[in-house]
Amino acid sequence: MSTLKGRNLISITDFNKAEYLEVLDIAEGFEKNPKQKILSDKVVATLFFEPSTRTRLSFESAANQLGARIIGFSDPGGTSVQKGESLHDTIVMVSSYSDLIVMRNPKEGSSRYASEVSSVPVINAGDGANQHPTQCMLDLYSIRKTQGTLENLQIACVGDLKYGRTVHSLVQAMCNFNATFHLVSPQELKLPSSVKMSIKNAGLKYYQYTDIKDIVPTADIIYMTRVQRERFPDQMEYERVKDSCILTADMLKGCKPNMRVLHPLPRVNEITTDVDKTTHAYYFQQAQNGVYVRQALMAAILGAK
Amino acid sequence: METKKELVVSAIQDGTVIDHIPTEAVYQVIRILGLEKYKDEVLIGNYLASNKLGRKGIIKIKNKHFTKDEVSKIALVAPFASIINIENYIVTDKFQAEIPDSIENFIRCANPKCITNAEVVPTKFYVVDKENLKLKCHYCEKFTTKETLRFTE
Ligand SMILES: [Zn+2]
Repeated sequence: MSTLKGRNLISITDFNKAEYLEVLDIAEGFEKNPKQKILSDKVVATLFFEPSTRTRLSFESAANQLGARIIGFSDPGGTSVQKGESLHDTIVMVSSYSDLIVMRNPKEGSSRYASEVSSVPVINAGDGANQHPTQCMLDLYSIRKTQGTLENLQIACVGDLKYGRTVHSLVQAMCNFNATFHLVSPQELKLPSSVKMSIKNAGLKYYQYTDIKDIVPTADIIYMTRVQRERFPDQMEYERVKDSCILTADMLKGCKPNMRVLHPLPRVNEITTDVDKTTHAYYFQQAQNGVYVRQALMAAILGAK
Repeated sequence: METKKELVVSAIQDGTVIDHIPTEAVYQVIRILGLEKYKDEVLIGNYLASNKLGRKGIIKIKNKHFTKDEVSKIALVAPFASIINIENYIVTDKFQAEIPDSIENFIRCANPKCITNAEVVPTKFYVVDKENLKLKCHYCEKFTTKETLRFTE
């Protein structure tokens, strides 16, 4: 049985390297054979204090395929939460009639707090701008699947590296695998120094760029994120830099054959649609991998694997 | 231990002396310890000559001994202040106020989106940098610094 039984997953750093790999191995089994009714005696609560259809459907599809029953809400409208019930009380109540809580809440740190008051394990499905660890796990799964390994890769992260929580988590997780990081962003949206410190502390290297063209030939993975207009106090500056983080099919000519493009989705215009047809596009499969990874996490945490 | 000669303002029989307070922090120390409302003798000296700091502040509080939490608070606004416990005119204990590795309850998280600012959740921080005072919130994982430090009421 997994060492992850009974554990919470709130932040990607809650798990260590061996545990990441364990989850990925279990997820591989679910990719081969997704319908395993091993949680038919379990109740999974999905509590979405803010709507996120994509994430909720992925979790609920995963729970369904494992035979678990699902209770919860997709937004707090009409629930006791809207009537002003505290998070504390909601969690205490829900944990009394479920075996696992999957929670998304716009308040940062809410999942960590929920895990402290809950009597059953909590999986964080996003707490504001803070953490979204299952996204990171599916990113790791996608990287390993496309590259055959997580070790010694050239990882390029492109776009909003300052506010993009998925990038922060991915960088922290990949610090366990001897990665080299290539960071492409406008000056205003560079990776925060605390995350760069994680890279340094792991004894690894990072390089910073402002133009995506510079990293295409080196990268094994290009991890794209959206650059939002609202992030720029100066709109002129946005207009000046907005094209420097857009990936087009044209640019892929000189890339490595094994290179794959990832994106946490939804995409706006940072990857032009002509990239979709190339062998390098992987972002839609990446989203599908989320179901296997979430199956693996639920099964491991509930002691069924 | 005998250090009576250090005590500039008159000696107290029982209580605590906070010495070597940076001059700009004296009134902040009074505020965070709630000494404005303290109903016994409090002696405050500021801009006194000091070998260590050039000028320093000093506070003497009669019939009061501080808890660990209170000493942590002092350390946060007046790092390296000396805490001197006095009983019966004798110094029974003298130590430097030290910033602990973690702090619970009495500091507010500087992140307005933090759950601790939305619900009644006791705060908890890990001190990641004692010199420049940088605290990482246990919940939202954001940093609170010297500039954004606020105490709970
Ligand atoms: Zn916080």
